[in-house]
Amino acid sequence: MTLKMIRGYPEYMRESIELVEKTRDQRIKEKNKEKELALSEEERAEVLSKFHPDYAPGGKRTLQVGVNRGEIVPNEVADILEAWPALNPDDVDLNDIDYDVDILVIGGGGAGTVAALWANYEGVPAENILMATKLRHGDANSMMAQGGIQAADRPWDSPIIHYFDVLGGGHFANKHELVKALTEDAPFIIKWHEELGVMYDKDEKGNFIERWGGGTSRKRLHSAKDYTGMEIMRVIRDEARNRGIPVLEFSPAVELITTEDGEIGGAILWNMETKEYYVVRAKATVLATGGWGRLHIRGFPTTNHYGATADGLVMAYRAGARLRDLDSVQYHPTGAAYPEQIVGLLITEKVRTMGATPVNKYGERFVFPLEPRDVEASMFIRECFAKNNCVKTPTGMRGIWLDSPMIEELQGEGAIRQNLDAMYRMYKRFGIDMTKDPILVFPTLHYQNGGVEINANAQVIKADGTPYPRFFAGGEVEGGVHGKNRLMGNSLLDYNVFGRRAGISAAKVARNSNKPGKLTLKHVKLFTQEIRRINVPEWRRSPILLPDYRGKRVLARKIDLPILE
Amino acid sequence: MGKKVELLEVDSGKIMDEIKKAASPPEEVEHWVTIYVMGKPYKVPAGLTIMKALEYAGYRYIRGAGCRAGFCGACATIYRKKGEYRFRTALACQTTVEDGMYLAQIPFVPANKATYDMEKVKPSPNVLLEYYPEIARCVSCNTCTKACPQELDVMYYVQAAIRGDIKRVAQLSFDCIQCGLCTLRCPAEIQHYHMAQFARRIYGKYMLPKSPWLKRRLKEIESGMYEKAYEFVKKMREEEPDKVRELYYKLLTEGREKEKKRIEDPLELTGED
Repeated sequence: MTLKMIRGYPEYMRESIELVEKTRDQRIKEKNKEKELALSEEERAEVLSKFHPDYAPGGKRTLQVGVNRGEIVPNEVADILEAWPALNPDDVDLNDIDYDVDILVIGGGGAGTVAALWANYEGVPAENILMATKLRHGDANSMMAQGGIQAADRPWDSPIIHYFDVLGGGHFANKHELVKALTEDAPFIIKWHEELGVMYDKDEKGNFIERWGGGTSRKRLHSAKDYTGMEIMRVIRDEARNRGIPVLEFSPAVELITTEDGEIGGAILWNMETKEYYVVRAKATVLATGGWGRLHIRGFPTTNHYGATADGLVMAYRAGARLRDLDSVQYHPTGAAYPEQIVGLLITEKVRTMGATPVNKYGERFVFPLEPRDVEASMFIRECFAKNNCVKTPTGMRGIWLDSPMIEELQGEGAIRQNLDAMYRMYKRFGIDMTKDPILVFPTLHYQNGGVEINANAQVIKADGTPYPRFFAGGEVEGGVHGKNRLMGNSLLDYNVFGRRAGISAAKVARNSNKPGKLTLKHVKLFTQEIRRINVPEWRRSPILLPDYRGKRVLARKIDLPILE
Repeated sequence: MGKKVELLEVDSGKIMDEIKKAASPPEEVEHWVTIYVMGKPYKVPAGLTIMKALEYAGYRYIRGAGCRAGFCGACATIYRKKGEYRFRTALACQTTVEDGMYLAQIPFVPANKATYDMEKVKPSPNVLLEYYPEIARCVSCNTCTKACPQELDVMYYVQAAIRGDIKRVAQLSFDCIQCGLCTLRCPAEIQHYHMAQFARRIYGKYMLPKSPWLKRRLKEIESGMYEKAYEFVKKMREEEPDKVRELYYKLLTEGREKEKKRIEDPLELTGED
């Protein structure tokens, strides 16, 4: 059976598109009234409790080992935290140090690059810094963020108002000193980007063009078309290259190294191509390994890059760091639900901030378009799986329409090409013109709201609540900033603010401290003993480094011959 | 309960199972195609991207996969279709497989990047030629433009660079994902994408006007004028958490209204409501 396709959509989906077209004019006229659909606190709670994947039973379990024993995390996360270490400590000679540096930055995405740059600004020579990364420098979710970055820089906005938005969006669970740092540093970060030459969207007088973000009370989203993350990432990477920051690509950290006196003293890297290990000793270590999107929590598709496998959580946990808010997973309301080739990929929130309204298969509005992400996503799931007012794709996905042609009507013809070119281009590659037809969306796994707990100096917090003097974290790997739910435009901000603070703090250590104490992997052995006490299958090892998408048939026939190893 | 969402009795756990099933690839494959991965034939389901097809065939990427969404340029691919002589280029994550494709992925592009101190360079018309003199070798063959998987006007921006039109280079190259295919195909060995990165930074730093508001806000923050408010909120959170919730919802509702009124302001070019 071959489906008849009309401009990128099967004929049967076109019937629903016609209904969307019928209600469009009326909806545009009533665009102002959409606010009336915004939910109250009680209504938000009702919807979240029934339709958000975090609250639905069966997705989580209690950790049995480590600092956070007794706390609840998603099964997929528990699987990698409660796993045998991939590295056997006895295979490694810690006396043979390959890199002896002031600062080791683990991760080559946004946070790592910002940390390395600021350590360098603070006087640490480039050659005394080492950045180790799993894929290429810049292969990170930082590159993929589209919508923008928040900063309260307009006279009728303020860092305090920004603070309240972050707090309410995070269900009041955020750590005060971190939200303060985030919102107070934000304007400075934008200024720094201006000086570096980031091409933000501006008017002819130099004013930023600022937009709404979901769950915000002011327009404070700064963007660079819908390539904001890419624009910032490629500029800071260019700057790191100009400054000669050494980078080891395809060489992820697989275990942190601790010291006899309970500190962090570097890491073991593993060259994925030659399979050799490197011992790195560092006065200060910055963890910037990103989040967990590629764990496909609850079987959801993801917006995340290939390497988002939460390696940093695993390594830090074994070393004794405290994790927080890991019970909360961010699902972005608008992942692509069709066509099959791009299922799960991000449809930036900017599509909604520019005026596209979510509608069901009858072309009816059912939600305020700019609720915080968890609320918006829950409303989509409700419309699709409880009310069944969704469109089913040929492969069985369900979705609701995001009426993108409204943008052209509201903002003028050409607004999509001008502001959402990445989106336009992606759909065009698969035969869909989003300036003329709506696009089908469904929530997708997006962000790790919690992570390794830090303080305002980006120091990682130990089990006893005190900070490690030599161990820092920035970006998605750390937790506490966003509480239980991050708002749009605060992830790019997060990696800049805490990447910078981590770099500055690490530089202080580099200036004022001696080499770390005697290196050891004792913590890995101790953790292994704990794992032995619970029932963990032999094959479950971590960090996993990469997801495995190989075909079932191939894997069933795969054999390892003990040659050519 | 409010009026906007009626109460629904549902089994949330079951809904999650249904979502998981809906998001998994279908078990039954209806249509197959044959692709040639570096010359070796593999039968794969029709409709997959090149990236997913290679994985289906048993390859596990170390190089050649990054964001998997068309933003990072890690999966630059050169291919040829059955019966054709011409080379085509694509991003493996953004292109559907076709029967008879001969595929090779580019693991790395050893292009030269100039180093510069952004504080010292000047936005003079000659600055691009000074740091990337090879752009003058452009023979206007347009191969770079044909190779670009983003469909950018690469040759035009190289020509603009030779003319010293930095703004044009910045604008035409803005959507560049730096995959390097232009440079690999260029007979004049120009490093288009690195040169364009340089041009965009000069444009962003020296030619775009600076935000006037930002300076004011930075002064305010430096003067410590928000410290008291932060302290106040901190205390309120510790002592009267219910008040904090109330205040949040009040600020959110009022703020949306206030911001709406700003639309009258000529600076507000893009009010959505």
